[in-house]
Amino acid sequence: MTSARTNPALLQVTRLRKDFPVRQGLQHSLFGRNAAAIRAVNDVSFDIARGETLGVVGESGCGKTTMGRAILRLIEPTSGSVVFDGIDVATLHGAALRSMRRKMQVVFQDPFSSLNPRMTVGAAVREGMLIHHLAEGRAADHRVKTLFEEVGLNPDYASRYPHEFSGGQRQRIGVARALSVEPEMIVCDEPVSALDVSVQAQVINLMQDLQRDRGLTYLFIAHDLSVVRHIADRVAVMYLGRIVETASADDLYSNPTMPYTQALLSAVPRPEPGRQTARIVLQGEPPSPANPPPGCVFYSRCQHPLKDDDCTRVVPPLEEKTPAHFAACIKQPSQLP
Amino acid sequence: MVRHAGIASGVIAVIVVVALLAPWVAPYDPIAQPDIIGLKNLAPSFSHPFGTDSFSRDVLSRCIYGARISLSVAALATAIAITLGTLYGAIAGYVGGAVDAVLMRIVDAALSIPRVLLLIAILALWNGLPLWLLIVVLGATGWFGLSRMVRAQVLSMRELDFVAAARALGASGPRILFRHILPNVLPTIIVAATLGVGHVIILEAGLSYLGLGVQPPSASWGSIIQDGADQIGAAWWISLFPGLLIVTTAIACNALGDALRAAFDPRENAVTMAELDS
Repeated sequence: MTSARTNPALLQVTRLRKDFPVRQGLQHSLFGRNAAAIRAVNDVSFDIARGETLGVVGESGCGKTTMGRAILRLIEPTSGSVVFDGIDVATLHGAALRSMRRKMQVVFQDPFSSLNPRMTVGAAVREGMLIHHLAEGRAADHRVKTLFEEVGLNPDYASRYPHEFSGGQRQRIGVARALSVEPEMIVCDEPVSALDVSVQAQVINLMQDLQRDRGLTYLFIAHDLSVVRHIADRVAVMYLGRIVETASADDLYSNPTMPYTQALLSAVPRPEPGRQTARIVLQGEPPSPANPPPGCVFYSRCQHPLKDDDCTRVVPPLEEKTPAHFAACIKQPSQLP
Repeated sequence: MVRHAGIASGVIAVIVVVALLAPWVAPYDPIAQPDIIGLKNLAPSFSHPFGTDSFSRDVLSRCIYGARISLSVAALATAIAITLGTLYGAIAGYVGGAVDAVLMRIVDAALSIPRVLLLIAILALWNGLPLWLLIVVLGATGWFGLSRMVRAQVLSMRELDFVAAARALGASGPRILFRHILPNVLPTIIVAATLGVGHVIILEAGLSYLGLGVQPPSASWGSIIQDGADQIGAAWWISLFPGLLIVTTAIACNALGDALRAAFDPRENAVTMAELDS
């Protein structure tokens, strides 16, 4: 699906940043002065072409979920722009923002908290149609049934409540709810990580079928590297709020450039016995995002043989190392050990 | 627990039905004074099961009619309190930020004043207080605690994924609040309402006993106790029976409230499941 790269970008994120204020003590809460901030998303830029799937991987707490929510305006970005189809979503307000929301939908990780326990799943799928006046009455009922069939659920289940469904079925309902407003892009925030492996495959296949049939664009956030490799055209690796490497999925997995990506990929088990590559075991914890280190965010755990003091002085820019392969490292790429 | 709830709701149902059917159930006119000399302060007997008071009125009939006033005051005042508390707490919790801080400091201040003291201060300003005003005052002073509970729940529910999904769909603030958040706060509200009714019955009785509540000749349970208070040694039945009714109704309301709370609380259910296993 490399042809997707030649399409114009549907989503263009530029220097997106999200700080969470850390309030300390009574004085600060009274006067609203924030001594510190957690930089959850720090200067992130990328774009996604129409019909493409961008996978975002990174360990827990690296800011990938926050980034997804900031793009959706579920939380307010601190700065930066999110241009969707030519419109900067980050500055929209009120009715303009609400009508824009139709084009970007979300599927959440937790199948249990993502559905209102006191609303039938049919009503949940129907709600978006009513909000955006896409269908009413019988027409809406019909569309709900069609959507249920499309995601592989019995349409008669529409009158049931969420607790009557399994995790995989709930994720399908979540997908149907997202599709109810006919979006162009869906932010998938770890949509399968809470599911059993066999059910994961079903949901992933469903999402790929829907992408093919409807021409959807996915921003697919996950920490499971094999899932991302399977579904994504391109992959972005995040560490401590920054994108540190991005390339096509094949390129990234076969030729990781940034030391962090190398360490991450060395942790993926290989199915063939004896082909296991040496495991790079990272030492220590990621630095605190409340107090990010100067220079390269990965410096403290980096295993690159050429790492030196320059790394602590320069914030490495995301540079094109080989065609369409960007990495944030000022050193020559080292080969995987 | 289920058995308690059954008994409690049975007791409440009987009292409510009797109060509704008062004209047909009550053996005498509650305010008629047939023979103020010959029939006054009669001890309980077959013809007057609760006895008569110092104006020769039948205490049972007064208690039955009094139930209408006591219960409707309690129900309406609680309805007012629940509405105010839910809206106030929901707005504070949903809007958050400075609005929340200001609204909750007001509640903190209101909660620091004892409710009975506040009521006595307000009610003492009026002479011959109309009933509807008593209801409004009881309702308007009874929502502070609930607003805190509702706010806390709205605050935590606001962060759940289904609320985020509704926002992502383009739902407006009021829609999210009324369609997604408040239905999930409903258990808390129902429990608070049940407990609130029991509380207001006692409160109204206390105020009527002090002469600040329901004004004569209409009677509530509290004012009937007051009628008999000065001859409690000689004619104990005048105060005893309405007192028993107050205690019974309040306990039934509290038991029902506790049972509902347990039924709505999954953790509480988990405990009973564990007890069943052992």
